[in-house]
This record gives sequence, structure tokens and C-alpha cells, in this order.
Amino acid sequence: MTLRPDLRLVADLIGADSRVLDLGCGDGALLDELITSRSCSGWGVELSDDGFYGCLARGVPVVQGDVDRGLEDVEDDEVDVVVLSETIQALRRPELALREMRRVAQRGIVSLPNFGHWRLRLELLTRGRMPTSPELPNRWYSTPNIHLCTLSDFEDLVGQNGLTIVERIPLDGSQRRASGLAGARPNLFAAGAIYSLERNSNVLNP
Amino acid sequence: MTTADGLLGLVETQRVVLFQEGSPLVLASGRELAPVEVAFETYGTLSPERDNVVFLCHALTGDAHAAGHHGDPSERGWWDNIIGPGRPVDTDRYFVICPNLLGGCQGTTGPASTDPRTGNPYGLRFPAITVKDLVSVHRALLSHLGIERPMAVLGGSLGGMQALQWALDYPTEVPGAAMVCATSRLTAQNIAFSAVAREAIMRDPDFNGGDFYDQEKGPALGLALARMTAHITYLSEEAMRQKFGRRRQDPSAPTPDPDAPESDFEVDFEVESYLRHQGTAFLDRFDANTYLYFSRMMDRFDPFADNQVFERLKTLVTRFLLVSFDTDWRFDSSHSRVIQRQLARAGVPVSFREIESPWGHDSFLLEVPEYHRTVDTFLDSLWRER
Repeated sequence: MTLRPDLRLVADLIGADSRVLDLGCGDGALLDELITSRSCSGWGVELSDDGFYGCLARGVPVVQGDVDRGLEDVEDDEVDVVVLSETIQALRRPELALREMRRVAQRGIVSLPNFGHWRLRLELLTRGRMPTSPELPNRWYSTPNIHLCTLSDFEDLVGQNGLTIVERIPLDGSQRRASGLAGARPNLFAAGAIYSLERNSNVLNP
Repeated sequence: MTTADGLLGLVETQRVVLFQEGSPLVLASGRELAPVEVAFETYGTLSPERDNVVFLCHALTGDAHAAGHHGDPSERGWWDNIIGPGRPVDTDRYFVICPNLLGGCQGTTGPASTDPRTGNPYGLRFPAITVKDLVSVHRALLSHLGIERPMAVLGGSLGGMQALQWALDYPTEVPGAAMVCATSRLTAQNIAFSAVAREAIMRDPDFNGGDFYDQEKGPALGLALARMTAHITYLSEEAMRQKFGRRRQDPSAPTPDPDAPESDFEVDFEVESYLRHQGTAFLDRFDANTYLYFSRMMDRFDPFADNQVFERLKTLVTRFLLVSFDTDWRFDSSHSRVIQRQLARAGVPVSFREIESPWGHDSFLLEVPEYHRTVDTFLDSLWRER
């Protein structure tokens, strides 16, 4: 089975043998790749029944649960990497997720759509309606994405929570690494981005 | 043996002596026990590779008769709804084995069996047994059937505890262990309920120190009381409300006058009659001493207290599935969460899900669709990977 291109990019940011916690892991495709091909271990957290069954069918360890309730029973530094792939914009408490990520792992990987993309800005400006796009196809009242933000917004929140951006991979509309303008001015030209984050050790209590 | 509706037909209980004088069962305590006879049933067909075995471990009051019937198609095994062709424990694909537990006295050696040293029933001279000992006998049964390892071990409550112990004790032997509303350690409240049940049995005037087998009557009152108390913990408050509410046993009887001068303590409400029935029906099939041994064995179960377990976890090949039910207050979801944490922290692959069901602990015996689908998906993934 081929891995979605953005998940492939996420996988490439994770070293072999890592202990991974994938929050909002969907059907477990990323963990499956990490466990089978890169000798990683770990588990996913997934709220939807479909996602849970998908993981179970693949043999990927999964706990059905709500990331918005925190990771209270996961210990500090229990894993090496926490992944939030296309999840954070659907959470009620995105900041809690970042704080928990920082608590349980040294490294975090977050991918998210960019609401600052020029097409969305233009659509809002010209039509005066909440924009939709191939990455964000749902109308405002039916979208699971209740906390959309621009890449700049996200980077602010990351900084406020004691995390450092180690790498930023801008994505194009087909979830592949974007080049050209999107690389130079991602907040205006990238459809989304993948961030590799690290705990900022000199901030004790962000 | 198969009928078209996904149910098993006529099945038979088999018996085998697994340990004899000369090659006794060595218990975890070091004591020896022989002979050990085991009653078991099997459903489905063993594959030529002998790699499709689903081993069922029964709970406190179960027996070998998990599915199908023994002649009367309306009297079916205790887990009949999950076992059968096309069902989650699919007898078209898996070879299913279900034994009566060591100490169970329902075809398997236990306190009611004859002690070869005295020629009399063991009674309380039967040695103390642990979940480890149940697993030893399960493995001996597999070996007798020419099977090296199960594909999966599946059980609810005490059954799940056996699945856990098996995987922990033999870390390279069990590809899949599914534990439904199980626990790795009873709480004080759990033990309190065990204590009430044991007291009820032991204080029965007919208990006679466990030597009641040649009496006209055993500790029936005590055993029925133990069963009634336990049954309250198997159902949620909501389940009782739905099942019985405050309905009266005889709706045509006049509503009692709360100010009436005479007292009446006979069964009035439906729930009383239900509990009384559960208590009495139990007497025909269950040994009072077995109840003492099994409840004590559960109280003492605590596999993660053994430090060597964590060493063995490093070589563990088992994938675990934990399922709990949101209204279960006998072994609530926190029990499963503890197991999930212990195993995941050690790097062991474990999946966990709490399922909504109004029926409390009893849910594991009922046809709750999401629960059955979860077990189905888990076994199917093991089967495809075998």
C-alpha cells in the first residue's frame, strides 16, 4: 500500500527505532509504515470507530480516545516523538495538545493546512464568504476543522509553548513538498506545512 | 454440526486425563496434583498447519460448554452468540477450544473430585490454585491435541486474566490475547464482594468445613446468596432499571398498603424473583468449594507485581486487545487502562477500547455489535498474518 505523500514526509522525519505516539492516527497508515519498515514502536490515539477498526485490522496498536482530554496517563518523556498529522485544526484545545506533546516527548511533528494561502484570502476578500479549497472542502457549519489558522499563527503558538521549529516543510495542494514561491513565502503560497518541533529546554514552564 | 443461521448445532463435551500419578501437575506453589482430568469442547476444524486455534478461557462461573447445544437446541452454551460460522469467533476459519478450568468441578478436576490418597472428595484439602496453574493445564491440553501454540487466547473477566497470564508467562507463545472487561488486580471493593460471597458459603450450617459431598444437602443457602450478591455486581444500575424497574412480581396482586400492620418479606418485586432464580439455578451446576477457590484465586491475582514479568516483556510477541464497557462497575474501564499502561510502557503492542453498553459487566456475554465487531476485526487480523 502506498503511503500518502505527506505521511511519507512525516515518516522521513522520524528516526528508525523511535517510540512514537500518533495523536489522531486515523487508520494507522503512518504507524504501520513506521512499525513494519522502520522498526519503530508505539501506538495511536483515534476517536473515530472507522479509524479504530482500520488500525486493528492492520495490527497497529490503537487506543480509542479523545486527544482533547489530554494524555494524563502517559508519563513525561515516555515516547521519543509525538505526531499530530492533520489533527490539530480539528481539536477543541490545540494548545493543550501542544503542551502534552512537549511533556511526553522531546520531539513533535505537526502537519496542518494553511488558512493563510492566497486563494483562501482572495476568496474571503472577493466573495465575503468562508472559503473552501480541495484541502478544506467542508462548509463552515459542517467542517471538523474548528481551529483553522495560518502558518504564522501556528508558529506563534509553537513559540509560546516552549517549542522550537527545527524544520518546516511547505506542502503543495497535492500534499507534496512545495517548491518555488511556496518555499520562500509559505504563509501566502503553501497549502499546508509539516513542522518538526523540539522541546525548547531553556523554557521550563511555558 | 453447523446450521444455516450462524449457530452451532449439537456439540459434545470431551474428557481427557492430562496428568497422572507419576507425571503430576506441578502447581505454582510447588505442590503436585494428580490425576487431573479436563472437560473441554472444540468447534470448527484444526488447519493442517495447526495455526488457527482460538483458545477460550471461561470466567468465574463458566464451563466447557461455550457454544452449540447438547440435544435441546434452545439450551445453548454460555458464549453462543459470539461463536459459530460467520460469527466473530468464526468456526469456518478457527479451531475453537474451550475447557472447564482446573478446580472447576464441571468435568475438570476440582475440590469435588476424589483425592486418591484418601478415596474421599478433596473438599478444602484441594491445593490452592493460581491463574498460572490454569494456564499450565490449558497448555497441557493444547499439547495433548498436538498443537504447539494458539493463534489467539480470548476471555472475559477471569478469562481475560488467564489470557494475560499466559502471554506474560510464555512470551513467545501467544500471537494474540484478547481480554474483555478483565483486570490485572482486583480493587478493595472487588475483594470485599468476594469476601461476602465466601462468608455466605462458609457460614452456611451445611458447609461442614467443605466436606458436604456425602451430606443430603450442601451449603445451598450460602452458595445461592453468593451468586445473588455477585449478580448485582454484574449488572449496571441502568440495566436493572431497564430490566425490572420497580415492577412487581405479581402485577395482579393488590398494591400493598404501606401502613398495613402485618409484615411481608416474601418476593414482591421482580428483581427479587430474578435474583432468587439466579441463586437457585446456580446450585444445580456449581460447586460451593470451587466458588471459594476461584474467588480467592482472583483476589490474589497480580501478575505485574512480579518483577521478572518486565524482563519477559522484552521478548513478548503478543498483540493485546483490551475491551471494557462504560457501565461495568465490577471491572470498570480503569482496570483495562492500567493494563494498557503497563504493557504500552514496556513497548508491547496493545489496543484498547471502551464500548458503550447499558448492561454492565454482563455485556461481555451479550451481543453488543461494536464489541463483536472489535473481536472479529482483531481475530481476523491475526488469522491473515498467521
